[in-house]
Amino acid sequence: MDWSALWLSLKLAACTTLLLLPLAVLLARPLAWSRFAGKGLVEALVALPLVLPPTVLGFYLLYAIGGNSWLGQSYSALTGRTLVFSFDGLLLASLIFNLPFAVQPIQRGFDAIPRAAREAAWTCGLSPWRTLWRVELPLAWPGLLSAIVLTFAHTLGEFGVVLMVGGNIATETRTVAIAIYDRVQAFDESSAATMSALLVAISFAAIGALHFLTRRIGRHDG
Amino acid sequence: MGKFLYRLLLLIAQLVAQFVVIQQAGAEPAAVAKVAAAADLQYALPEIVQAFAAGGEPPPRLSFGSSGVFAHQIANGAPFEIFLSADESYVALVHQGGRAEDAGTPYATGRLALFIARGAPIVGDRDLADLGRAAGDGRLKRLAIANPEHAPYGRAAREALQHLGLWPLLESKLVLGENAAQAAQFVASGNAQAGILPLSLARAPALADKGAFMTLPQSWHAPLRQRMVLLKGAGENARRFYRYLGQGEARAILARHGFGPP
Repeated sequence: MDWSALWLSLKLAACTTLLLLPLAVLLARPLAWSRFAGKGLVEALVALPLVLPPTVLGFYLLYAIGGNSWLGQSYSALTGRTLVFSFDGLLLASLIFNLPFAVQPIQRGFDAIPRAAREAAWTCGLSPWRTLWRVELPLAWPGLLSAIVLTFAHTLGEFGVVLMVGGNIATETRTVAIAIYDRVQAFDESSAATMSALLVAISFAAIGALHFLTRRIGRHDG
Repeated sequence: MGKFLYRLLLLIAQLVAQFVVIQQAGAEPAAVAKVAAAADLQYALPEIVQAFAAGGEPPPRLSFGSSGVFAHQIANGAPFEIFLSADESYVALVHQGGRAEDAGTPYATGRLALFIARGAPIVGDRDLADLGRAAGDGRLKRLAIANPEHAPYGRAAREALQHLGLWPLLESKLVLGENAAQAAQFVASGNAQAGILPLSLARAPALADKGAFMTLPQSWHAPLRQRMVLLKGAGENARRFYRYLGQGEARAILARHGFGPP
């Protein structure tokens, strides 16, 4: 049982969720309420990671964040670390890969808010910032919750991208999904079984919590 | 309009049916051998297949990966007919599991090489002393090897570094390839400054302009006795290819790619 791998995966999932959530709110709000040129294109780009093989993303990332790339070089000039084969690189990959899992539920959450509610907030003289905090986000809460759970659970399961850009470094890029693969290939089935069972339990608990909470919220509204 | 659509659908269905029949008729008359090969054979084996097929045989289908991964897949019933491992232990494992016809035959001896990416300010000296220094002063950020857990060349690389007393210095710099070829890709792309790779990959033409290599002494690690084995249920094409692999022409190609005699 590789506890450091499980811890790393949880850390990656938590960081991805925390960073992606505000970004996704910023992106989902105009997608839900505004009409602008190129909206369809933005929606398609957000949805792309849903259908793209992880290896395709891994391939592009390897060159985009690699030591010879502009991004990789400026990053190591700034921080002294490399982006590829590092936790930061995985986090970046994870943010891109989870975009649809965060943006789409939040967008649906905003979609469900009646226009009258927002207009009422404006006529009360609330600033746009306070409207977001006091009216919109509480009303879009089921969407936000789905986004949190889906992003978190999906990050735990990420494999292909991590295999390609991670480099399997203990405590840095060896996530639990990679550790399970390694243990299976090393004929250590008992460790693989323990870690797999834990992942099933965590994922099941996350999805279960989501269902429970959204149903409760639904009852409050109804 | 509805009638037209109906006719069109009928036509498409007919075309699809014909296509399927043609495909089946054109299927290979004799089953083509399925070969699982260690990643260090990535460049040598296709050449051997080409030479084999020049004699009028259908070319076997090749899959490359780490020997440990293949041993595992074969133990679980993967339908390969020949297994070319990068060491002996995984062939023994498959044999013990009852999936092999016999204990197999050695076909080559593997060699290790240090590969330094182009532009990396590291010198390949005799005891890899500069590699150790480079880890300390930041010239070496990442050293790529195959995963020692299931890739024989990764295990040999670890043994060599331990033999030189460099393991404690370099362990924190390691990036592990899923197999030897991925480790080579990590260095060739410049993402790792150096790697300890199979000689057969380090000297491959595809890597020639990506950096420089230096062959490492065999005394630094347990010998990489590469063994192959015919798996149960192997067809005629596989049996002929297996025999061919043990003969002069295949041996010569392996030698050209940096493999030692078995």
